[in-house]
Amino acid sequence: MAKAFNEALESGKFVVTAEVGPPKGVDIEEMKHHIEILKDTVDGLNVTDNQSSVMRISTLPVCRLIQEAGGEPILQMTCRDKNRIALQAELLGAYILGIKNVLCLTGDYVTVGDHVDAKPVFDLDSVLLLEAIKGLEQGKDFAGNEFTGEARPTFCKGAIVTPEANPIEPQLLKFEKKIKAGAEFIQTQAIYDLDNFKKFMEYARKFNVKIMAGIVLLVSAGMAKYMNANVPGIFVPKDLIDEMAGAEKGKALAKGIEIAGRMIKTLKDEKICDGVHIMAIGKEDKVPDILAAAGLA
Amino acid sequence: MIVAERKPFEEIKAMIEGCKKVLVVGCGECVSVCMAGGEKEVQILASQLRLAFEEEGKELEAGETTLERQCDKEYLEEIKDKIDDYDAVISMACGAGVQFLAEMYDSKYVYPALNTQFIGVAEREGEWSERCRACSDCVLAETGGICPIAVCAKGLLNGPCGGTNDGKCELSKEKDCAWTLIYNRLNKLGKLDNIREIFPAKKYSVQTTPGRRIHEAFKEKE
Repeated sequence: MAKAFNEALESGKFVVTAEVGPPKGVDIEEMKHHIEILKDTVDGLNVTDNQSSVMRISTLPVCRLIQEAGGEPILQMTCRDKNRIALQAELLGAYILGIKNVLCLTGDYVTVGDHVDAKPVFDLDSVLLLEAIKGLEQGKDFAGNEFTGEARPTFCKGAIVTPEANPIEPQLLKFEKKIKAGAEFIQTQAIYDLDNFKKFMEYARKFNVKIMAGIVLLVSAGMAKYMNANVPGIFVPKDLIDEMAGAEKGKALAKGIEIAGRMIKTLKDEKICDGVHIMAIGKEDKVPDILAAAGLA
Repeated sequence: MIVAERKPFEEIKAMIEGCKKVLVVGCGECVSVCMAGGEKEVQILASQLRLAFEEEGKELEAGETTLERQCDKEYLEEIKDKIDDYDAVISMACGAGVQFLAEMYDSKYVYPALNTQFIGVAEREGEWSERCRACSDCVLAETGGICPIAVCAKGLLNGPCGGTNDGKCELSKEKDCAWTLIYNRLNKLGKLDNIREIFPAKKYSVQTTPGRRIHEAFKEKE
């Protein structure tokens, strides 16, 4: 059995998490394969919540599958599809199954996904979701009603931040609210410019929260350019794009793995942050190679 | 004002298929100002309908009238004497006007000619933007006069989401991020402390559906 994620965070070790993306449909063989590869190599496995507003298998049952396989699941929860009643009910349901790690997100807007005509909920936001969890831990729901019985849930609560956001100030204001609302760990949006990230960490170190740098595996120079142009808060510096472009034919993925591994090694060796969250987006089977490249396997 | 736009012509035409006499009723308030359902738009729609029916060899008498407003019974009464001459009515008011007209003349089928969009302002001639969601619990005092409910796509109360970039919204590079605007405005006014504390969740219970308000002076004494 994997160690509880909060224990890994508190142990002071360099924490590593990865992601499992539930599929659209009920063929879960590939996802189960990813869980099998990753469950013993990382400290926690995020299960994405209808990522990019694309309808897929829901997060909680997939967290359960990870748990049954012996892994440590982290339930991603967005505010896009559920109101405060559904969010709290899901949290209590997760807890009774032994799923205690929650990453609170606002969620992408509905129209970026594949059900553009769906009603967007956003009853709470990521800060208020953290507040709701704090209440549940005290035996009270969001409306202030007391729980029946004496048992109380405890969660390990996370949230996200975008260190490359422009402008950064409103993001930092929200980051501070997330910590006030009880976030214990923060996963960042993908970072590539370590000098910029170090500046962010100088600021973030003032707070009692564990910071895990987001690592998105580059698979081509084109992907890097695409993200720079289209993905908010991601900035791949030119030298990394050039390095990807300079990879031998058919070796771009290997170069991406090398870059990700190198970044992780630097983050760990220079003690820049507390861990990394690796987003291999469709290439989850490469996470062990990234960790090997980082000297962590 | 309430901002609306006219439905596509084919949709309106299909609604009145089979009618021989229709009364097109405009509204002189908001939808007149936003050039969707005033006197001029009534003339245009009625003419378009007549021509389209004529081209298909069908008969159509399209009457025209524009009321001061359609959200007030006093003005709706003005069509009392002529409405019986028509098979149906096309209202060019906002959704409220359409319903009030239909309620008052419930033996006539009333069709809407507009899609009502939002409560907004005239940015410049011919361009309007949304500013209010009529949420019944105004937060503008905290946010420097910029509404996070109406201006932020997600209606977020505690700051921007991760989708914002260069001060724009994740939905479109044309759309400003409400929280960047709020931050900049409050920063300029030296009031950033307004948004440093966690803003409580919206109380949807105050939004009674359907909303109803009775002015104190008009409440019946118990």
